[in-house]
Amino acid sequence: MKLTGAQILVQMIKAQGVDTIFGYPGGATIDIHDELDRHDDLRHILVRHEQGAVHMADAYARAKKATGVALVTSGPGATNTVTGIASAHSDSIPMVVFTGQVPTGLIGNDAFQEVDIVGITRPCTKHNYLVKNPAKLADTIQEAFHIARSGRPGPVLVDLPKDVIQAQIEFNLPEPTQMKSYKPNYKPNKKQMAKAISMLKQTRRPVIFAGGGVILSQGAEELTQIARLANIPVTGSLMGLGAFPGSDPNWLGMLGMHGTYRANMSIGHSDLIFAVGVRFDDRVTGNIEKFAPDAKIIQIDIDPTSIHKNIEVDCPIVGDCKTALKDIYTLMEKEDPKDFQTDRTAWLARIEEWKQTTPLKYDQNYEVIKPQYVVEKLYEITRGEALVTTEVGQNQMWTAQYYHFDKPNHFITSGGLGVMGFGLPAAIGAKAAQPDKLVVNVAGDGSIQMNIQELMTAIESKLDVKIVILNNRFLGMVRQWQEFFYDKAYASTNMENAPDFVKLAEAYGAKGFKCTQPACVTETLETGLNTPGTVIMEFVVEREESVYPMVPAGGAITDMLLV
Amino acid sequence: MKINRYLLSILVDNEPGVLSRISGLFSGRGFNIDSLSVAKTTDPDVSVITMVTYCDAHIIEQIKKQLHKLINVIRVNDLTEKQYVERQLALVKVHARTEKRAEIMRIVDIFRSKIVDVGHSHFVIEVSGDSGKIEAFISLMQPVGIVEIATTGAIALGRENGK
Repeated sequence: MKLTGAQILVQMIKAQGVDTIFGYPGGATIDIHDELDRHDDLRHILVRHEQGAVHMADAYARAKKATGVALVTSGPGATNTVTGIASAHSDSIPMVVFTGQVPTGLIGNDAFQEVDIVGITRPCTKHNYLVKNPAKLADTIQEAFHIARSGRPGPVLVDLPKDVIQAQIEFNLPEPTQMKSYKPNYKPNKKQMAKAISMLKQTRRPVIFAGGGVILSQGAEELTQIARLANIPVTGSLMGLGAFPGSDPNWLGMLGMHGTYRANMSIGHSDLIFAVGVRFDDRVTGNIEKFAPDAKIIQIDIDPTSIHKNIEVDCPIVGDCKTALKDIYTLMEKEDPKDFQTDRTAWLARIEEWKQTTPLKYDQNYEVIKPQYVVEKLYEITRGEALVTTEVGQNQMWTAQYYHFDKPNHFITSGGLGVMGFGLPAAIGAKAAQPDKLVVNVAGDGSIQMNIQELMTAIESKLDVKIVILNNRFLGMVRQWQEFFYDKAYASTNMENAPDFVKLAEAYGAKGFKCTQPACVTETLETGLNTPGTVIMEFVVEREESVYPMVPAGGAITDMLLV
Repeated sequence: MKINRYLLSILVDNEPGVLSRISGLFSGRGFNIDSLSVAKTTDPDVSVITMVTYCDAHIIEQIKKQLHKLINVIRVNDLTEKQYVERQLALVKVHARTEKRAEIMRIVDIFRSKIVDVGHSHFVIEVSGDSGKIEAFISLMQPVGIVEIATTGAIALGRENGK
């Protein structure tokens, strides 16, 4: 059967179990969009900027535990995706990005809307392709999906010249992908796991440190089982929030620069860190020399490059997090459970004391709204059930601290790259993946303006999202650094000139509510969340509120600035 | 940490862009490549890259893992810890003044190198060996007067009984 390249592309995407793609057409991709128009079972969401398409695909992947797909045209369409791709790469999100390209005969001739996107995205994709031979199109697409979601997941880009898309090709569904050069190892080493068990038996002051890898491998349940069996307190990286229930008494809160006092102190004083699916990012470790001086470290990661990269590890376990956790739990069950809980009382009591003496706190006894209060009320009203996305900055940290994530895949944020403008498109992508869920984007007044145009996408596509803007009329996180480290010289962080967000919502066809008093926070949230359609809730908050605790960059994580 | 010389032999897919992925991995992480040579193997779909780099033990571990992580890399073989044969090839063009010709030919003989082009004013000499030998040869030719040099990167193969 002969099909066009565009028809093959659509067939192959559908064969991967994808039901939604996010895109923006252009000269190089007209044929693909033309073909997509004929398929009701593959939804195309028209975005307003290609960066938005990639963030949507990213959040769709996380909320649906699937592979996200974005489709854009050549040249500027392709370059606009770079930030989204780099973010997905940092956070190991399975995604395939299709870019249009000028016809093969024009490649390298500086043709109109031509760019070497394969060259540009080489360092920020897991892998990428330029399909020059139409006969290889189907195999390449299948291989791209295979690479994107296997091993340590990541974004894969496939560049499609216009003549390849238009070519007539004999089409057969490809054989399962076999690659001689790429064979991720899922199975953890048995000896290393046995060593981990013996280390878990000897520890007096253990902490489990969960990262995004736990969530990506869907290993949250196994992690929770181990923590409960051995009565080990758990902390997490930003990407690991939800890997262990935030309401569990053994949950320590987030670790790192804006981690809780008890999480940072626990890591600082522990004798064993059981790290799962984490890469010991500098936002988590602070000064490496002073990180967890007394602790032996067990680390599970699918990616060997994450092990020994920043921190020396005593027991490295290379493999899929879920598989390794499951195997370790099975081994633990064969032992006497008492062996794993030796003399834990003193340690847990000490952690409880840290919690009691130095909890996360803020004071709402003022006329002005505290941003933390808004997030905490949002948690109460949604009962922690919402899918929450964030922008990047203070809004992100307060959400991480005060919205207590009980389940994985409920917190969707740009962790590694820290992309302002991520949250709104991410909320739309998450809603496309989970239409029955309430999806809330927590934003700052600065970052919401970075991809505000996607409001139109939400409304046009009926992907209702609720947007909470914590408006402090500052680029708050940078202002905070300027306050602490630059003698309060607020250079270029003043954002007093902002649009009227309520009118802006209305201009797009959304609803807008504004709240300036602490007394109206609950009411505004309730009204906003219960109003059908896409809604902006703007909260005018304390201008100079800072995120506490804070570890100054380069310091030990136990050396914290407290409120 | 102690800086060592490392020699890696990397089997890769013979495809456009693969070398760029590898060199990009080095430049993007601030690792330096000392020498690099690439050619296809007996299997036309596979190329071998021989690479020399100077770094400490921690960085070479990362380099090897990162290389291995690239989709087009089939195998990374660190020859440094093994027994191996290493060769580099240099073409050296020297001034061939009448009074120096005999001396040049003597040195060429000692180094088991070859004069591959003779002219009225220049010789072109082909010399191969490990990098130490090439450097020694060049240093001996310096007083004679070197006009131009072209050197390949190192290539290497493990010995039969190489551990």
